[in-house]
Amino acid sequence: MNSNELSLTAAAAQLRDGSLTATGLLESVLSRAADTEAQLHAYLTIDHQGAREAASVADENLAAGIDQGPLHGIPIALKDNMVTRGLETTAASQILSGYKPPYDATVVSRLRSGGAVLVGKTNLDEFAMGSSTENSAFGPSYNPWDITRVPGGSSGGSAAAVAAGSALGALGSDTGGSIRQPAAVTGVVGMKPTYGTVSRYGLIAFASSLDQIGPLTRNVEDSVLLLSAIWGHDSLDATSYSGKYPEPGSGLAKGVDGLRIGVVKELAGEGYEPEVEGAVHAMVELLEGAGAQIIEVSLPSFDFALSAYYLIAPAECSANLARFDGIRYGHRAPGDTTEAMMSRSRSEGFGPEVTRRILLGTYSLSAGYYDAFYGQAQRVRSAIRADFAKAYENVDVLVSPTSPTVAFKAGERTADPLAMYLSDICTIPSNLSGHPAISVPIGVDEQGLPIGFQVMAPALGEPIMYQVASVVEALAGFSARPEIAMVAS
Amino acid sequence: MPVEIDIAHLARLARLDLSEAEMERYQAQLSVILDHAARVQSLEGEPEVEVAHPLGFVNAFRSDTVTPSLDRDEVLAQAPDSSAGYFVAPPALET
Amino acid sequence: MSWEAVIGIEVHVELATDSKMFCGCAVSFGADPNTNVCPTCLGLPGALPVPNEKALDSIIAIGLALNCTVSPQSVFHRKNYFYADLPKNYQISQFDIPVCVDGYLDVAVDGDVHRVGIERAHMEEDTGKSTHIGGGGRIDSAESTLLDFNRSGVPLVEIVSRPEIHSAAQARAYAQGLRAIVAELGVSDARLEEGSLRFDANISIRPAGDSELGTKVEIKNMNSFRSLELAVDYEIERQIQSVESGGTIVQETRHWEEEAGVTSSMRSKEGSSDYRYFTEPDLVPMVMDEAWVDRVRGTLPELPHARKARYVAAGLDEALARVISGSDPVLRSLYEDTLRAGADPRAAANWTTGEITAWTRRSETEPTAIPLSGSQLAEMLQMIDDGTVSNSAAKEVLDGVLSGEGDPGDVARSRDLVQISDAGELEAVVDAVLERHPDAIVALRAGETKVLGFLVGQVMRATQGKADPKLVNEILRNRTTST
Repeated sequence: MNSNELSLTAAAAQLRDGSLTATGLLESVLSRAADTEAQLHAYLTIDHQGAREAASVADENLAAGIDQGPLHGIPIALKDNMVTRGLETTAASQILSGYKPPYDATVVSRLRSGGAVLVGKTNLDEFAMGSSTENSAFGPSYNPWDITRVPGGSSGGSAAAVAAGSALGALGSDTGGSIRQPAAVTGVVGMKPTYGTVSRYGLIAFASSLDQIGPLTRNVEDSVLLLSAIWGHDSLDATSYSGKYPEPGSGLAKGVDGLRIGVVKELAGEGYEPEVEGAVHAMVELLEGAGAQIIEVSLPSFDFALSAYYLIAPAECSANLARFDGIRYGHRAPGDTTEAMMSRSRSEGFGPEVTRRILLGTYSLSAGYYDAFYGQAQRVRSAIRADFAKAYENVDVLVSPTSPTVAFKAGERTADPLAMYLSDICTIPSNLSGHPAISVPIGVDEQGLPIGFQVMAPALGEPIMYQVASVVEALAGFSARPEIAMVAS
Repeated sequence: MPVEIDIAHLARLARLDLSEAEMERYQAQLSVILDHAARVQSLEGEPEVEVAHPLGFVNAFRSDTVTPSLDRDEVLAQAPDSSAGYFVAPPALET
Repeated sequence: MSWEAVIGIEVHVELATDSKMFCGCAVSFGADPNTNVCPTCLGLPGALPVPNEKALDSIIAIGLALNCTVSPQSVFHRKNYFYADLPKNYQISQFDIPVCVDGYLDVAVDGDVHRVGIERAHMEEDTGKSTHIGGGGRIDSAESTLLDFNRSGVPLVEIVSRPEIHSAAQARAYAQGLRAIVAELGVSDARLEEGSLRFDANISIRPAGDSELGTKVEIKNMNSFRSLELAVDYEIERQIQSVESGGTIVQETRHWEEEAGVTSSMRSKEGSSDYRYFTEPDLVPMVMDEAWVDRVRGTLPELPHARKARYVAAGLDEALARVISGSDPVLRSLYEDTLRAGADPRAAANWTTGEITAWTRRSETEPTAIPLSGSQLAEMLQMIDDGTVSNSAAKEVLDGVLSGEGDPGDVARSRDLVQISDAGELEAVVDAVLERHPDAIVALRAGETKVLGFLVGQVMRATQGKADPKLVNEILRNRTTST
């Protein structure tokens, strides 16, 4: 096995027993990227120089007995909506083409001080708006399992890199499912933490009340490791939780015997592929066999979640993206007046999906429509939180498919925004409630495409979420790896 | 009930310079999405509008302490136009 | 027809915190452009706001001083509009749940006290500064805009009055009253010329006696109390003339042009102002519980209205109490020191607000530099009281003390201002005067009392003003009745 295929824990052990160096590990990852990027386009920027310097420092430090922690020397990729000082950060938008931020996001500082080697910046749907990574201004990414298909989105680049082995782990951001859905369709583990536990400082905002950074890894244990490195209170983020954090991996070996697992009634039926439903159902039976009590749970407000999401997220994005005006950074078009310059710069700089959401959000906040749209969507949000709270009186976790379908064909949904939006139907409720949720691969369909299983938990319920996820992982025994057809150049 | 959309007004509010054809296209797409989104209006009951943090905490403040500012040259290096330490933009109004 | 003006005033107070509202950049006036900036106050992608607790303390203090209710819970909102000097193209402000609501300020014009309701005081952030260059320095002929974001994110408190002001003089008194309060609280530099205190006025007129409000016009760009008063006066008159000549008032924003002394219409910034307020998702709610409000209350200095009440209780009349309680803090502490040294409150107040204030104006001295202590002033007042110096000589004593000639007693002696209170000495002078003016004695005996004044004057002249006038009177009466 090439070292780029190692898990974080295995690589960390080999770095310490001397059988592997950070530089060797990085070169294995870079070489894998060189082999696969033409097909996948997982990265927007690979920071060869910076990564090599970091790997060499990591080796020196380890040799000198300085151990910076579990990520010391581990190559990690970052979704390109997290700012990196001096390294181009675009959020996959023309409007930020060439932008070099003067500061590091908090997660970036934490990874750096933990000795991680930052490989580069991965592709995404422009400003994280999309479910296929086709909305990138710099070209789409493709799914390592079938390069005619999308890798999901918006963290499609991070998911593809982890699946393909061009990173050992990656960070993504999840506003409506943007970590979990691409993880599901690329066969990796993707996790969205409790809102407020990972700092958003330096994450280019899409919808501030929903956005959360989280890890994409090849297994559950790695997910715990990467989450532990990035979460915790940050005084630069006023929504950052300053209370006591649980030990996320504390339930990993405990099994599910006696746990109450709720199956969400509303997340099934029309629009769900039978093979996806079949695989999820089979997993639920395996969990029952492992000693869990299975309870069907109804959360009626989930039927309104998608609609509420497509009012709240665009409303916040319409304000968050107002700062891109061609004055302090980014693309500037010519114009005789400030207003003409701003308007032209913005319409040239933003792609169609971003433009659509800005218009949608402007609408739902504007005078005369606010109460019926944005205001009512916030009521739905309250109802969803209430339904979750009620459900968690009777169950420990909730489970569902992560995505109603496996990876779809590139181009299949680009013409129909509403069909694209339906990709996130299972993942959105946890963003609206702020709760943690994880997608674990449980198998492949007849065409060999991965299927993801979602475990949701109450706020700060990461330990029990990981506890169940690790059992799901063991029961599924998912070990398939994508074979990427090399295209002759 | 079909949703009324004044797309030109929205574009102006959002500072987007759209062609007639683009406006027509966005208007049609918004209309479909908003028809679907209008489902939120059929939610039963009148729960409070949600503003609280999911973890329920309040009063996240910083103390009144000065921290270092950014290096001006590094900041202005990213600006499309700057002069003598200032960012430069076109005039506010037409001459 | 007679008209009533209806005026509401919005005041923006820049707080004098060390750091900005939502980031750690320094608040400083006059720094090099774009040197106090960071990702947050520049609106860089990814940056987040964290509120300054001291700024919240300050707005609570302002609210308490203005008799407001402090909201038990409050939230920030985003106010969305595009402007070159607003880096995020939204301002973090407050909408339906401001920190302070429902207060008032009493203002006095020519002795009439008028209560002006205060609708709200809310917390927000300042914008950067635009300088329009090229053309004639006017906004609409500029060729480009220079942007400095040092001021971006400086904490601002906006205080909104109810439309309960009815004259330019009241408007001015209200603005001055607010300035005195924020200066007293020490929460702001409160300098109009540096823009740390800014006033906008909403003005409408209606037929006297009507209860419906007319169309309001917003007036901006008043940089002094005087220009506020002139602008409001001008605008009221303009509206009356316009309506009386058959015109209508258009809802608009007008600019006060200091040199021309007129208001002129500004072209609108935004085609239509739909600010699309929504709760700021980057911040969590604020809960101002009793403990917090009490902590701030405990730090409040004595405020003008409380002080005035104390002065009245100590024996001052309303008018004098109001003047001294609202006067410069240095003059006021001189006054308080003088009382502590045992002086009569009324005499001390009269001298502080009269002769001493006049001297600072004449000599162009800042009140902080008055070379006079409370005990010196008290000593001088005692000298008047016990007849050591006359009231008019006392002014010269004061001048001597202020000129650094020593304590009042020393000055009175060295300037030879001590009254002649020795009856024997004065009788001799009176007799000499009577000898020179026999006619006057005849007239006096015939009942022409005004001659008495003439004779007193002659005695004062002969003693270079040092004679005790009471004693002189007494001696004269004795001389003219007993013979």
